[in-house]
Amino acid sequence: MSDFPTTPPRFSATFTPAVNAEIRRAAASGIYDIRGAGTKRHLPHFDDLLFLGASISRYPLEGYREKCATDVWLGTRFAKKPIHLDIPITIAGMSFGALSGPAKEALGRGASEAGTSTTTGDGGMTEEERGHSKTLVYQYLPSRYGMNPDDLRRADAIEVVVGQGAKPGGGGMLLGQKISDRVANMRNLPKGIDQRSACRHPDWTGPDDLEIKILELREITDWEKPIYVKVGGARPYYDTALAVKAGADVVVLDGMQGGTAATQDVFIEHVGMPILACIGQAVKALQDLGMHRKVQLIVSGGIRSGADVAKAMALGADAVAIGTAALIALGDNDPALEAEYQKLGTTAGAYDDWHEGKDPAGITTQDPELMKRFDPVLGGRRLKNYLKVMTLEAQTIARACGKNHLHNLEPEDLCALTIEASAMSGVPLAGTNWVPGRNGF
Amino acid sequence: MQSFDLGKEGLRALNSALHALKGQTNMTKWEVVNPKGAHAIAAGVDAEVDITVRGSTGYYCAGMNKLATIRVKGSAGPGVAENMMSGTVIIDGNASQYAGATGRGGLLVIKGDASSRCGVSMKGINIVVHGSIGHMSAFMGQSGNLVVLGDAGEALGDSLYEARLFVRGKVKSLGADCIEKEMRDEHYQILEDLLRRGEADAKAKPEEFRRYGSARQLYNFNIDNASAY
Repeated sequence: MSDFPTTPPRFSATFTPAVNAEIRRAAASGIYDIRGAGTKRHLPHFDDLLFLGASISRYPLEGYREKCATDVWLGTRFAKKPIHLDIPITIAGMSFGALSGPAKEALGRGASEAGTSTTTGDGGMTEEERGHSKTLVYQYLPSRYGMNPDDLRRADAIEVVVGQGAKPGGGGMLLGQKISDRVANMRNLPKGIDQRSACRHPDWTGPDDLEIKILELREITDWEKPIYVKVGGARPYYDTALAVKAGADVVVLDGMQGGTAATQDVFIEHVGMPILACIGQAVKALQDLGMHRKVQLIVSGGIRSGADVAKAMALGADAVAIGTAALIALGDNDPALEAEYQKLGTTAGAYDDWHEGKDPAGITTQDPELMKRFDPVLGGRRLKNYLKVMTLEAQTIARACGKNHLHNLEPEDLCALTIEASAMSGVPLAGTNWVPGRNGF
Repeated sequence: MQSFDLGKEGLRALNSALHALKGQTNMTKWEVVNPKGAHAIAAGVDAEVDITVRGSTGYYCAGMNKLATIRVKGSAGPGVAENMMSGTVIIDGNASQYAGATGRGGLLVIKGDASSRCGVSMKGINIVVHGSIGHMSAFMGQSGNLVVLGDAGEALGDSLYEARLFVRGKVKSLGADCIEKEMRDEHYQILEDLLRRGEADAKAKPEEFRRYGSARQLYNFNIDNASAY
């Protein structure tokens, strides 16, 4: 034994303990990691933008005296009956099947009380959500589970789902644990099998077909309903332009922070772009076509607060959608349930095995006993409160920027904290007039 | 007989008039002339009416049909009778891709050939094709019956769930998890009924068909089947 000092143990920055654990898990189980929620990696986000606020060059509005409106019209391009919402924060598509019936009811209750819309998901329309949602958007998905013309006609809008931020280019998955009798019946599938949803629509491919598909949906619904087209954040400039060309009333753009009920972790973490990088390109496409504010843009993926809402709108969105944040408002991942999360081998705030159907909060489950724990009236009230708080926060910021409507927020109200955020969002780096990549620099 | 000139009056007027028939019992016979390949002809009808289209149609003719009997005296473009709920759709000529896609009920009869992906993701519809069908037909088919008097192209019934496939001619290849299955009495009865209602009983007999269905090996994930997913 030498008396020289020894080299201390050194972990690899490439083969970290977490990476090695995943290699061992894959080697032992022979299956890729499947989980719910959105990406967990650090990404440039709305936190990297700040509002400038008014001073001498612009004057602010009085916080408690002067009006700052929040309403939004969606579907004004072609629909006979466009949607008018009191607030520009909508509830994103989440399926019955992924969520329990009472959770869907709570989303409908909270959204309706706050004056906004909720959205169905890959599993058809349930009475819980139709009955409790004043404004309901009906998703038209590749699987077409539960699709029928009666529900199309009793929806307030139709959302043709081409992709979602958590998995652009991927289909859906609902593992057998959650295929209860009711879910199986709604999806015409045997109970208990792993349900696969196709990644492409079965009866159209490409933008020219999509235009004809939208025509068919409009004809079936007598041109009454706004037609949204939802895309995952991958090539937002071209996808937005093609959706507009295909006849969309509204484009829904979901960044990679957007959640999912269940998908491969490798998909969630390695495919798609952060929403910050998507909004500017989509707005540019709309502006280049002369369609900004004529075709409305809803953005989603990591919206958590009124500040995020205001930033998305300042970048040019007409409205936002929330999914994960809405589930947290309902009670998902609540530290009060820590003991139960521990039993599942996780901890409050990190629970993402939504596909297993064992959610102690009773939200992402089809287990009748777990579902009983969730009170849809209380959940709805919590969601309403959260939506109201977000709206007040966004109004507070808008007034400070001198705006009497959230839609009057503009990129000039923002600065970027990092070079990356500046390049992605197109907002100048704080303290400069520099946007990396613009004007050749 | 109500006669509607699509070339003169336009698609919106046609579908608006047909949708207004819901709940009515008069004006049950309709004829559409000059279709000229228009899309979405008679899409979303929800009434027990009889509609004859004199000519060929574009995409999504009879889409999401409920209750109506719709006859096309020509050929049909992609997605004919897609997501049909009930009723009957009869195509005298050929049908393009995705015929009867995601159909949930009713009967689709194609007297000529059908192209690729016939019956894709079918969920309860019955389809009778007098001719042959193209590749990837009945992909992810969940339920219902697909009857083919001619041949089937590559990858028939790929990733199939519980739809039943009956083919009289040759099958170029079966898709992942699709296998030939035994014909039992119940299947002969299904075929007899569908051949009769599909106006094909003079052309073929139930005992001339072979049945294909799901091997159910992909219903729950298994890494050793990874190459089949």
